[in-house]
Amino acid sequence: MNSIAMLPTAPRVTAEPAQPPARPKRRKSFRRPNLLGGLAGWIWLAIIIVPLYYVLITSMKNQADYFTTNPLLPAGNPTLDNYALVLQNDFVLYFVNSLLVTVGSVVPAVIVSFMAAYGVTRGTTRVVGGINTLFLLGLSIPLQATIIPVYWLIVRLNLYDNLIALMLPSIAFAIPVSVLILSNFMRDIPKELFESMRLDGCTEWTIMWRLVFPLIRPAITTIAVYNALNVWNGFLFPLILTQSPEKRVLPLSLWAYQDEFTVNTPAILAAVVLSAIPLVAVYILGRRQLVSGLTGGFSK
Amino acid sequence: MTLVPRAIKRPRKTFAKTGSLAWLTFPALLFFLTFAALPLLGVVVLSFMNWDGIGAITWAGLTNWISLLQDPVTGSSLWITILVVLLSVLVQGPISLLLGVFSAGRQKYRAVLSVLYFIPLLLSSAAVAIAFLSLLDPNFGLSAGLGLPFLKQNWLGEPGLAMGVVIFVLAWQHIPFHTLIYQGGVRQIPASLYEAAELDGANRIQQFFQITLPQLKYTVITSTTLLVVGSLTYFDLIFVLTGGGPGYATRVLPLQMYLTGFRSNDMGAASAYGVILAFLGLTLALILQRLGGKSRQSSQLEGQ
Repeated sequence: MNSIAMLPTAPRVTAEPAQPPARPKRRKSFRRPNLLGGLAGWIWLAIIIVPLYYVLITSMKNQADYFTTNPLLPAGNPTLDNYALVLQNDFVLYFVNSLLVTVGSVVPAVIVSFMAAYGVTRGTTRVVGGINTLFLLGLSIPLQATIIPVYWLIVRLNLYDNLIALMLPSIAFAIPVSVLILSNFMRDIPKELFESMRLDGCTEWTIMWRLVFPLIRPAITTIAVYNALNVWNGFLFPLILTQSPEKRVLPLSLWAYQDEFTVNTPAILAAVVLSAIPLVAVYILGRRQLVSGLTGGFSK
Repeated sequence: MTLVPRAIKRPRKTFAKTGSLAWLTFPALLFFLTFAALPLLGVVVLSFMNWDGIGAITWAGLTNWISLLQDPVTGSSLWITILVVLLSVLVQGPISLLLGVFSAGRQKYRAVLSVLYFIPLLLSSAAVAIAFLSLLDPNFGLSAGLGLPFLKQNWLGEPGLAMGVVIFVLAWQHIPFHTLIYQGGVRQIPASLYEAAELDGANRIQQFFQITLPQLKYTVITSTTLLVVGSLTYFDLIFVLTGGGPGYATRVLPLQMYLTGFRSNDMGAASAYGVILAFLGLTLALILQRLGGKSRQSSQLEGQ
């Protein structure tokens, strides 16, 4: 709702600016602290952190320590050998594959969704309305239901065991939610802005890229982040559409490492840590943008 | 300078104004039709075919459907899917709501905690499943670390326990996302409502039920819809964590479909499972939309 007010200043929009800054202090001054809430908050933190902590410390144990030391205590002599082992086992290749698939899916998905969202918000014909309804219907189709025809299609297109095979359905399944979020934001742009650009002689194409694109940049970030998370962590399409180790992406490689390293749990967990590092790094660098993008897009 | 293009573009402008912007949707439409909408029709067609995934596709008539309906695994996987959806909504919904309200607070420590809450969202299902597999190991996992014997269970070997583990790990993985949605929703509630309530002497719990909850109605609908449709498609985590076992205890529909199609090479029967899954998804989405539509009309009144 309040994003109407937020939008014209778009580029630096976060979830916060809608809040009057005076509120927290004023409320705090006559409220006692919420002890029960705080306690629950810390308990949830423990639930989140303990598994992560366990994975991290175990990944730095050698196998003998893994069997003998207390699982929740860090090793006396932490080692990075497990990480070296994972890196020697083609981790970089899988990483690059994941990166290619993610970029190759998210960039086209964002561009075509943006254009489509512009079409369905600005267009007035019945055809456009029908197309919009079709996209909305797509929101409620569970992705898994279509894997067998998708598999058939990919085999027919001679794309089986090719990274492009992973991008095509990923783009298709990113479109409904992306169009929905983008067109929600677009509807909030004041009509006068469009009118004044029209009077200046701009085409719809120019309006789309010069006016609308910068104004809804927060929504663009949202869908880019959301789709990137989904594709980067996707498991099902790689599982059914690729086969050879050279085409493996990270989530699938974890599953494969599990077979490869069998009882070498620390090495498997090192692979888990390595697979998570890129996104954690992105999170650390762009947390504000990332979180506000996600909340902004879905809480509307 | 500006006059020239304006003169040229005028006719095209009126053309655009009458709404022929449909062409902008064509690239998206092409992708969507080819790889989502047509496969959805394809899955219905294939459910009446015989196909081993490699050879020729032949007409099968109703044989897939008949053998599917006679197979007890069909009923059990359908029931397990519904159970997973229900339990996920019941567990994840309230916790996400409370955590969302909690992390929307302006206190410093809450901001720090929210940063950490987000982390599971960054991990792939495969990574989460593998982490919990080793954490639940009776000899080298959490139970040995804490020295608590009651944690030393055959977590993934007993049907009931395995189901509990699946629900817990799914919650661990997905609550952060829904927490974010609620956090955003809570921050959009006007502060004046709380100030008025405090002047009226409403306590924290009253404020939660009288202001926060009614104001979050849309957010609850959004989050629940995503949660329901999402929980139908929990495949990868269960696949890596339990493989559907022990026995058939955690074999949800998507998993049953995958195993039938790509392990037993019976793409026809697998497609029939796909049809059931799609039907279930559409039905649940429609029901939720109905519920959402009703409250959409009343929420304006109740929120004040």
